[in-house]
Amino acid sequence: MAKAYVITGHYGSGKTNFSVNLALSLKQKQPDCKITVCDLDIVNPYFRTADFKAMLEDKNITLAAPEFANTNLDIPALNFDMSALLDENDYLIIDVGGDDSGATALGVYADTLMEKSKDLEMLYVVNMYRKLTESPNESAELLREIEAASRLKATGIVNNSNLGKITTAENVEDSISYADELCKLTGLSLFATAIQRSLNLYCPKAFLCDVFVKPIWEKEMR
Amino acid sequence: MEKYLMKGNEALGEAAIRAGCKCFFGYPITPQTELSAYMAKQMPKRGGVFLQAESELAAVNMTLGAASTGIRAMTSSSSPGISLKTEGVSYMAGCDLPAVIVNVQRGGPGLGSIQPSQADYFQATRAMGHGDAYIIVLAPNSVQEMADFVGLAFDLADKYRIPAMLLADGLLGQMMEPVSFSDEKTDFVNKDDWAANGHKNKREHNIVNSLYLDAPTLESKVQARFEKYKIIEQNERRCEKYMCDDADILVTAYGATARIAKTAVDHARQKGIKVGLFRPITLYPFPRQELADAAKGAKIILDTELSMGQMIEDVKLSTNCTLPVEFYGRTGGVVPAPEEILAKIEQLNGGLN
Repeated sequence: MAKAYVITGHYGSGKTNFSVNLALSLKQKQPDCKITVCDLDIVNPYFRTADFKAMLEDKNITLAAPEFANTNLDIPALNFDMSALLDENDYLIIDVGGDDSGATALGVYADTLMEKSKDLEMLYVVNMYRKLTESPNESAELLREIEAASRLKATGIVNNSNLGKITTAENVEDSISYADELCKLTGLSLFATAIQRSLNLYCPKAFLCDVFVKPIWEKEMR
Repeated sequence: MEKYLMKGNEALGEAAIRAGCKCFFGYPITPQTELSAYMAKQMPKRGGVFLQAESELAAVNMTLGAASTGIRAMTSSSSPGISLKTEGVSYMAGCDLPAVIVNVQRGGPGLGSIQPSQADYFQATRAMGHGDAYIIVLAPNSVQEMADFVGLAFDLADKYRIPAMLLADGLLGQMMEPVSFSDEKTDFVNKDDWAANGHKNKREHNIVNSLYLDAPTLESKVQARFEKYKIIEQNERRCEKYMCDDADILVTAYGATARIAKTAVDHARQKGIKVGLFRPITLYPFPRQELADAAKGAKIILDTELSMGQMIEDVKLSTNCTLPVEFYGRTGGVVPAPEEILAKIEQLNGGLN
């Protein structure tokens, strides 16, 4: 039976990049464990976990994506057997679509996740540099909407505050108090502070990340 | 200045509100929807109106109506939706109305695909609806330019009483980059001499109209408009030149393709190939003179687009076909990797030696 990590947040907060990094990090620590990343994003057709199918499979991580992900069939069809995914894996990472509209799809599986997972961790990914969640209050309000839409309660906060490729250590340090304030407002504890590996920065609960989600002209040339 | 991490579509919305856009009329379509969603959330809080119309036709005609009153109004869509809006844009051009239209292009023709594309260049620069008319077309290539050009589009539209379009693509709409917003106030012009904003029994009616019952009157109206186009073509050409001075090969690209091409140009330079990039920022008016100047020392031009080749015609016209113009493009929503453009540059460079 799998431990489930459900990754929610404002769209563009970095859920997909965090999900991929979390999967890679778990696999590195426990090479023999079975991990599946489930792409539950049915609201955003661009920049999604399904883009990383080859990279994940190369590391023996399974990707479960909607049948029509990355095709031109722009319809929100979900065809997961969540119960089987929980049975067959040690870890199940669910990358949920952004905002409450993306979290609505999660609601379909709320009961299954609560009944069948060994342990259920629902993480709320935040980036204080996103315009519509620039205050802890706005962020807390959005979490309430996500919880209502998904019929699940968050268990922790992931502070993923960044400004993309120009992120500095100072940007991350500036976000610590934002995350603390959000933890106070929501009564949740900080699960991790995601930090770009190249920043060489450490803080309590630091989770070092590589940036996989980027436009084609910033990727390394073959 | 405060920096945010935003999607191109969101930056368009935020910049429009800051530029004084009071009415946004939308209809959802991928990959433009975040703009509508942003406006739906923000406009009511910030003194504006967001309205999701029942169709693209309704949305564009609501924009025409709002612009007729002199306020700043905007509508947006993606390729198939823009086709539906062309009638309204033609009417706005015929009424000399300033308004901003955003096209976050996707693959076509028809319903096409939801992936990025630049196949609406002809439509934007040649035929946004019927009749003798042009609209100003701006082509951003970053989230920052998406933000900056909204204010510019409103300013130019007001200044010349002409519809202005931001021609973006799915990549620019969906990608996230750091962006800051200028606090500079944009140029509001007084529109009381033509806007239908209430005469209060103190002046004659202002009538906004594109119908002329008498052919010679219409002809003179159109001729006067073409005098205005001449001024726009004289004063509003914009472009970016990158390592053009000593370039044997001049790459031309706009929008997101210019970002891909720039990476290819950088790698080619590392290999010692003399290559530069010319990026038109205004597609109408096309920076003809600037391109002709940039191409003076070049031996060959490589035009790159997310289409089968549309801007290439303006490239050839600008250089009076004095240089060979090669083409590399992907279409239907397929985006080339920088490697593909680099390979084409290397191939052309081989032919020069």
